[in-house]
Amino acid sequence: MALYSEKVMDHFRNPRNVGVLEDANGIGEVGNAKCGDIMKMYLKIEDDIVKDVKFETFGCGSAIASSSMATELIKGKPVSEARQLTNKAVAEALDGLPDYKMHCSVLAQEAIESALKDYESRQEKK
Amino acid sequence: MIYADNAATTKMSDAAVQTLTDLLKDTYGNPSSLYEFGQKAKEVLEQARRDVAEAIGAQPNEIIFTSGGSEADNQAILSAAKMGALKGKKHIISTAFEHHAVLHTLRKLEKEGYEVTYLDVHSNGLVTASQVADAIREDTCLVTIMYANNEIGTIQPIREIGEVCKAKNVTFHTDAVQAVGHIPVNVVDDNIDMLSASGHKFHGPKGVGFLYVKKGIKVFNLIEGGAQERNRRAGTENVPGIAAMATALKESVANLDSYKAKLTPIRDKIIKGIGEIPHSALNGDAVSRVPSNINYCFEGIEGESLLLLLDDKGIAASSGSACTSGSLDPSHVLLAIGRIHDVAHGSLRLSLGEDITDEDADYIIKSVREVVEYLRGFSPVWRDLVAGKKEFIL
Ligand SMILES: Cc1ncc(COP(=O)(O)O)c(C=O)c1O
Ligand code: FES
Repeated sequence: MALYSEKVMDHFRNPRNVGVLEDANGIGEVGNAKCGDIMKMYLKIEDDIVKDVKFETFGCGSAIASSSMATELIKGKPVSEARQLTNKAVAEALDGLPDYKMHCSVLAQEAIESALKDYESRQEKK
Repeated sequence: MIYADNAATTKMSDAAVQTLTDLLKDTYGNPSSLYEFGQKAKEVLEQARRDVAEAIGAQPNEIIFTSGGSEADNQAILSAAKMGALKGKKHIISTAFEHHAVLHTLRKLEKEGYEVTYLDVHSNGLVTASQVADAIREDTCLVTIMYANNEIGTIQPIREIGEVCKAKNVTFHTDAVQAVGHIPVNVVDDNIDMLSASGHKFHGPKGVGFLYVKKGIKVFNLIEGGAQERNRRAGTENVPGIAAMATALKESVANLDSYKAKLTPIRDKIIKGIGEIPHSALNGDAVSRVPSNINYCFEGIEGESLLLLLDDKGIAASSGSACTSGSLDPSHVLLAIGRIHDVAHGSLRLSLGEDITDEDADYIIKSVREVVEYLRGFSPVWRDLVAGKKEFIL
């Protein structure tokens, strides 16, 4: 049996929404203290909708797949929905992750949370 | 597939497979049985012992067959420790970059009140005999230092270390799992008291290995039971496996010169080709290393992703990345030679086999370059490095 599900490998091999959003209005970067991986999320939010999202990841296969899947799950969704994205939902959408790789999906959830927080603080400053 | 993970395990040689299957079918007698059929198995076992002994310059009665390298390491270290304690000596010297079969055994002994000095490994992946000499104390009962490192392939100055131990009358064990069958090893010339080896690292079967114990050095058995292996390792002997290991070892040792002549230029070509990737660094000394090993760190990327993408390109390799370890700790070997966590994270080990071709080497170089470049393309760490927000380390 392969280490990862087909879904994980698909998102790892062909990551969706990879790269940088030049006109992002919410950016979050988080790291996993344990394994040392880093994930960065760029959000473009308009009218309370996640219009566009991109990511950059320095990490394992499951971290790259989790970031890719997480971007798909929130793209085009209202901010309120994006805020509720859990790592479990990401892992489930990927047809599961090995136990010791669950924290990689946590990284994706936290990166989005951090980007939303950045968006909100920018809004407050306006 | 290009199998470039021979330090993890090797393909059995045709001759070893032949020995194994023939014996499994026809020589299933118990070597301890007195009738002819059992004694036939005994003969095969003792021939294997002679062959293994000869391959490392030992005497047949100095060889104990084990279930592999781990068991041999455990038995050697625990025995020397126990002998030491009987004389009131409970200090052991080792290095920070041993295999876990050694390190975890030492940790167990530390919990039991032994003191272990872990010598610092230089940034080139070597320790020196003078470090050992300086660390030896009145109460030192054992020095255990690996012959060749399994991750970075560096070959330690075993002969000189052995000389120091001999002069100071301290038992010297070496984990030679990555050396035997790959480089010349002679227990007499190298002043070795105990040596561990494992069949599956030199084209023999898995689950078989041996411990060399110099005449006069006492070892205790880990496994109690029958009187096999002259009372030092109980259990009905794995005759087919042991004989297949001996076949593989004889072959490997006979071919050491051609192995080195073939692999060294290919290894060095790959080292050079990969070295052209910006912000990369070879781990371990370029010269004092086994002919099969290449180990690099690449800044700004993570090793598991690198391995998965190389796998897609048909290259099987390994990494010391935290993400591949299960424990989420990066390789203790890379940390021991001074690579910081971020850099150890982006490591790649290629361990070549005899069947590698020049074209394979070109393909490996090209593939590694492509994959590193691709992964750096969306690495936030690489972005920061390039933008000058973080300092390059390599
Ligand atoms: C240096 C070293 N020591 C010990 C071992 C353990 O050998 P085995 O797998 O036969 O128990 C290995 C192999 O993984 C090794 O590379
Ligand atoms: S993020 Fe490091 S193990 Fe997945």
